[in-house]
Amino acid sequence: MRSDGRRAPLGLTLAAAGGLAFLHLPILLIFLYAFTTEDKSYQFPPPGLTLKWFAVAWGRPDVWAALGLSLKVAAVSTAIALVLGTLCAAAVSRSRFFGRETVSLLVILPIALPGIITGIALRSAFSIAEIPFSTWTIILGHATFCVVVVYNNAVARFRRLSGSLIEASMDLGADGFQTFRHVVLPNIGSALLAGGMLAFALSFDEVIVTTFTAGQQQTLPIWMLEELVRPRQRPVTNVVAVAVVLVTFLPILAAYYLTRDGEHVAGQGK
Amino acid sequence: MTTAVLFRQVSRHFGPVRAVDAVDLDIAEGEFFGMLGPSGSGKTTCLRLIAGFEQPSAGHIEIFGETAEGVPPYRRNVNTVFQDYALFPHLNVLDNVAYGLMVRKVPRAERHARAEEALAMVKLAGYGARRPAALSGGQRQRVALARALVNRPRVLLLDEPLGALDLKLREQMQEELKALQQSLGITFVFVTHDQGEALSMADRVAVFNEGRIVQVGTPQQIYDRPRTRFVADFVGSSNVLPPALTRALGGPEAWASLRPEALRLTAPGAGRVSGTVAGLRYLGAATRIGVAVEGATLAALLPAGRPAPTPGEAVGLDWDPAALHPMEAG
Repeated sequence: MRSDGRRAPLGLTLAAAGGLAFLHLPILLIFLYAFTTEDKSYQFPPPGLTLKWFAVAWGRPDVWAALGLSLKVAAVSTAIALVLGTLCAAAVSRSRFFGRETVSLLVILPIALPGIITGIALRSAFSIAEIPFSTWTIILGHATFCVVVVYNNAVARFRRLSGSLIEASMDLGADGFQTFRHVVLPNIGSALLAGGMLAFALSFDEVIVTTFTAGQQQTLPIWMLEELVRPRQRPVTNVVAVAVVLVTFLPILAAYYLTRDGEHVAGQGK
Repeated sequence: MTTAVLFRQVSRHFGPVRAVDAVDLDIAEGEFFGMLGPSGSGKTTCLRLIAGFEQPSAGHIEIFGETAEGVPPYRRNVNTVFQDYALFPHLNVLDNVAYGLMVRKVPRAERHARAEEALAMVKLAGYGARRPAALSGGQRQRVALARALVNRPRVLLLDEPLGALDLKLREQMQEELKALQQSLGITFVFVTHDQGEALSMADRVAVFNEGRIVQVGTPQQIYDRPRTRFVADFVGSSNVLPPALTRALGGPEAWASLRPEALRLTAPGAGRVSGTVAGLRYLGAATRIGVAVEGATLAALLPAGRPAPTPGEAVGLDWDPAALHPMEAG
């Protein structure tokens, strides 16, 4: 930003460095304790380093069950959100109808409301309707806020997509489906990718709504919470955390590079 | 001659707004047809009714003898050049032009060959690999034209085709469009608010006002024999004379149009009427002279090179009696 080469004052530099350290050092601690030889408390500095927790974590079926459930819930609720969020964004931004503003507000509401409200509301609704808790109740809970994330991304892109592009496509002989596939999707694709990844990430580490809608099943974040309470093989939690960081970091990095040059896609011309 | 587009009592209402109100229209095959009018006069809605983006609230539309009501845009043999060109930003120029062929499942090699051909026709051969964003306004418009023509439509619709171009380019494109239309023999229907554009390009012009067609005719008919005050006013700034003045100038007691270029300056007393010069406006090729006559001001065009009078000077005005054209009051 500044090209005159003047250096920031020392105090500001130190404060910035301190702020960044405060944000990121705890993450390093998680990595460090994945290798500690002591498993009852997080003693600093670690008395020794070992790789055995990786083997222990690998062999624990409860880790795999929680991870599998979390992946499944995140994948399905993201898929639901992609379909519903895109359709909703298309309706709100491409046509005018009675109650349009209200629909727009109602869609956004689940993410504005505290998760605990959504959780209680869903739980009481499930019990009134006598729906037993299952993977699907978790997915339903997560879909409420995943739809919002996809919707918000898609609606912004739809607004920039010139309406005459869709008319041009129809004029050139493309029916609704062809127009969606060849014109709409390429222009909103990167927004959907970004929204989908965010929805996936939100679902993957969601705790509050999940505790109200999960019954006896454990998603990964809930499994982690329970593990921290129990003083048994504590570093296993850290090993799982390290794995999650690595696994989620790569797609986010990929999404960043994929969407970075997508800015010129829509809204060219005027 | 085959009728390309036929409107019978077509209306399109948006709530209480009568965008198009009981319009009758007959556009012949191979005609270059202009729809002229101020903004909001219904001309663009008529174009969209032909394209299929709008459906009539009432009335009947035929395109080459086939009923058009209820037929979606993608099943009409009609293509549009949009005002903002509407080029697909995610496709390069060649794929933009080939789009219509692609959705009709024309094999890749053939559609690329035809797209190249269409690009050559609009003098953009070799631009296929570029993105629309890398083109100038004039080039984008040529791409939009090629993208429409590659589908070999029976009617080509152009929405304010030259509106976004600068003057020089606009004049050049007027000639090219005219030449292209004549060589292809396709029916062109274009919308414009620029009377110069309508008069210079169209075989026939329909003048729109408030959702209705006020007059249809050749550019000469429209210009020389405007049917109403609105047409006289809108198409070239004519002298519109109220009935009393028409009578004072030797015509019937009716509204009349008297073109500024039909008026000749004479010595005071030598013309049909005398007056004083009220003002001068230099236009380059001519000077527009306001002459105060009978309590009104008449505009006369004096071709460049003639000695111009000075304001306040007494002059006479003369004209061919046939130039005083009576009109309906509308």
